[in-house]
Amino acid sequence: MFEFLLPALLGGLGVAAVAGPLGAFVVWRRMAYFGDTLAHSALLGVALGFLLDINLNLAIIAMCVGLALVLVTLQKKHFIATDTLLGILAHSSLSLGLVAVSFLDHIRIDLMSYLFGDLLAVGMGDVFWIYAGSLLVLSLLAIFWRPLLAMTVNEELAKVEGYPVEAIRLLLMLLVALVIAVAMKIVGVLLITSLMIIPAATARRLSQTPVQMAVTSGVLGCFSVIGGLWSSYQWDTPTGPSVVVCAAVLFLLAYTLPIGRLRQT
Amino acid sequence: MSTRLVEFVNVGMQFGERQLLDGIDMPIHQGEIVTLIGPNGSGKSTLIRTLLGLQTPTSGEVVRHQSLRIGYMPQKLHIDPTLPLTVEHFLRLVRGVNRKEIKPTLEKVGIPHLLHSQVHVLSGGETQRVLLARALLNKPNLLVLDEPVQGVDVNGQIELYNLIDSIRTELNCGVLMVSHDLHLVMAKTDTVYCINQHVCCSGSPQQVTGHPAYQALFGVPGAADSIAIYSHHHDHVHDDHGDVVAEQEHGPHCQHHH
Repeated sequence: MFEFLLPALLGGLGVAAVAGPLGAFVVWRRMAYFGDTLAHSALLGVALGFLLDINLNLAIIAMCVGLALVLVTLQKKHFIATDTLLGILAHSSLSLGLVAVSFLDHIRIDLMSYLFGDLLAVGMGDVFWIYAGSLLVLSLLAIFWRPLLAMTVNEELAKVEGYPVEAIRLLLMLLVALVIAVAMKIVGVLLITSLMIIPAATARRLSQTPVQMAVTSGVLGCFSVIGGLWSSYQWDTPTGPSVVVCAAVLFLLAYTLPIGRLRQT
Repeated sequence: MSTRLVEFVNVGMQFGERQLLDGIDMPIHQGEIVTLIGPNGSGKSTLIRTLLGLQTPTSGEVVRHQSLRIGYMPQKLHIDPTLPLTVEHFLRLVRGVNRKEIKPTLEKVGIPHLLHSQVHVLSGGETQRVLLARALLNKPNLLVLDEPVQGVDVNGQIELYNLIDSIRTELNCGVLMVSHDLHLVMAKTDTVYCINQHVCCSGSPQQVTGHPAYQALFGVPGAADSIAIYSHHHDHVHDDHGDVVAEQEHGPHCQHHH
């Protein structure tokens, strides 16, 4: 049993450990819908990867980054509200992805595993990809922690104090795109954002400082992965959704249990 | 003459059809407190944003002295409630800050006890002081304060203006402030620019309050004040700074008769 679950466990933990801290930024900057939009476009990346016969991870990253850049450009023009714009891009890119996938009749694609993830299909090769991506994202987060946080707290103040705000904003978007590409195997395009925002939202209740919240968020994400895998093994439930359900249960517990040492604002 | 930190030269700003700023000329010197006043939508904040480099003027230029270091205090601070942040962590975000200076700076602005408080629970006056501390941690020679007393009661406003004045004296820095009106800010200001897209009038506070352009925008001082300002009878005469002046001395703009 253990050998069979090991790659899944390792992969899941690797993703959760990075999705948590990055998720804190997604929550602070109210980027949940943005993350969702990038995730939806990842399926189009998969289709393009098959069509052009390139590495799927690279195709997904390229797709997410491309969409992030399109978004920033369109946002600057202010011709339509941002949430409307995100809605349009999210669902049209997802639909375009589904349509594109249907043209690939020489390849059989398990669509469900891309939409909802297939943790048990994770192999050691995937684990390598996940850890390479996670380590890269985590080190960039650590190196640029202060500028990222300064920009999140107040963009104008950060800019006046000399932080390169535009570059940092772009960096954050790239990091989100990277994590989505890496996490897609685990929870699928439709559930990726939840692995970022649910542990972070839970961690808010337990934290007094930004660092605390980011770390707690990563740890809670890891617990969710372990719990999800375990319940999936016990009751033969789909793993991706099980992980998300676990994260949601932790969230509910954190906000309903009386947690003594908290000085909630 | 002290160092000229900044000079606005014929600065203009146009948004489509709308002229927000037109031909603004304004120098700011070291050790000088300059106050911008003007009604809502008169372009005060836009003018400040051109100085901060957040907006580029569509005509004219902002000439900065090479030594210029700005400490900026924004109008208000909104931090998302999902972000747990203490005052200490907020102040650590200053670029290249020396962490040992955070405590003394908080003492300087009178709130050393708030070091470990969450920023979300601060009152209006406390928030303004935290923002002032952050501006000071940048080691500025020019403080730019956008409505520094917003959301603060009258007593708190007087305290804040006194604090700003003492900081100016201590650091010998320039101060550029935005204000809605002149009532309380007056006593601490060296030069006032009354702005409504262009510079309506400028000079010392008493020159400006006597100017017809100021009175057209803000009314005649004392004529219909809705707030009561403490006053008493004197056997001497004050100018608007509160300094005692000899009876027979009058400024060049003095218009009254005996």
